[in-house]
Amino acid sequence: MAKVSFRLVMPERELLATEADMVVVPGSEGDFGVLHGHAPLISTVRPGVLEVLQGNKVEQRFLVVGGIAEVTAERCTVLADEAEPFEQVTAEQLADRERVAQEELTDAATDAERAAAQKNLAIAKDLRRAQAYYASR
Amino acid sequence: MPSLKSFRLRIRSVQSTQKITKAMKMVAAAKLRRAHEQALAARPYAEAMDKVLAALGQSFKGTGPKLLAGTGSDKVQLLIVATADRGLCGAFNSSIVREARRVIRQMLAEGKAVKVLCIGRKARDQLRRDFGSLIIDTITDLGRPRLSFGDAQKVSARVMELFDAGEFDVATVVFNRFKSAMTQVVTVQQLIPPPPPAQDSAPATTGGAIYEFEPDEADILADLLPRNLTVQIFRALLENAASFYGSQMTAMDNASRNAGEVIKKLTLQMNRSRQASITKELIEIISGAEAV
Repeated sequence: MAKVSFRLVMPERELLATEADMVVVPGSEGDFGVLHGHAPLISTVRPGVLEVLQGNKVEQRFLVVGGIAEVTAERCTVLADEAEPFEQVTAEQLADRERVAQEELTDAATDAERAAAQKNLAIAKDLRRAQAYYASR
Repeated sequence: MPSLKSFRLRIRSVQSTQKITKAMKMVAAAKLRRAHEQALAARPYAEAMDKVLAALGQSFKGTGPKLLAGTGSDKVQLLIVATADRGLCGAFNSSIVREARRVIRQMLAEGKAVKVLCIGRKARDQLRRDFGSLIIDTITDLGRPRLSFGDAQKVSARVMELFDAGEFDVATVVFNRFKSAMTQVVTVQQLIPPPPPAQDSAPATTGGAIYEFEPDEADILADLLPRNLTVQIFRALLENAASFYGSQMTAMDNASRNAGEVIKKLTLQMNRSRQASITKELIEIISGAEAV
């Protein structure tokens, strides 16, 4: 079976460049799987878990935060604001992150700060939910 | 004739200066390598971003948001002058500031209002004298311990804030593009609105296929444009960091070499004066002996 060439890039560096059988991307309007020959698509990405599959097996998982996915028939490129291998993130870290975001929201003085803090808190909550869901699988 | 002791003191002082410049050169070389790697690592993201933007630009009809199309005026210009916080790096800071001065004068001559956003302490210090009233803000202490995307986000957030408040129409950044450790090119790049992409970026990679968008183009654009701004600023900051260390390395190399020359010259003078005093003493002894 033909493979898709998958790249996961962050602003600072390229995290992964590989040939995969399938990639499952957490799109902002729902997860979508990318196989070879996928219709060209550009989608925004929500905070969640991205899976790279070889055969029928999930080979790697990444926690990603925000960004854009570009899909063509041969390749899939995900531009993530943040991304980390799933195994390297613990539930405690994410809980901490949520707490910090919550504190920022309480301390926010201006409207802009409050909006930013709210966004951070939503991201942290999404990440924690996604992490909890996938960790139990 | 200065005494031998004063010569020795001077030589010792120049030697310790040379030690410092040599060490700084080594440090700059190591940091240059790291900055260069960082700049290379950041390239895939920027390239992918360009590709997505090109695809969007082709399928997006209509005028687009202000961030893409501009405000329709160029009356108020924002100039972002990116320098370093520190000196001891040759002409790095001055060449950026010189170009910035030229651009500011030109804009003012064209009857436009200019606002200056300084990145780095040196930009503020050097521009304050001539254009102090134009400087609206200074962002310093970026890139410590190392430059991160968050630093670029800090700058772009400030720029977006100003743009949303309608404080300016066109934003331009001045920075040093890294060519090699010896040469850096001062670059003036317009950020808002972004200059139209080169015409040769046809969607050949997709076989002419049209992308689907999820959600729609406008939403993606709204998400992508601020992000692109950050990426452009990040790229400028990375180039600047690499240029800074390259420039510092060259400057410190020159300084070490000059110190070496000064030491050589001083040693020669010291030896001459020592011989002169020995000869003088000998003459005194001999003439004394002859007189007896």
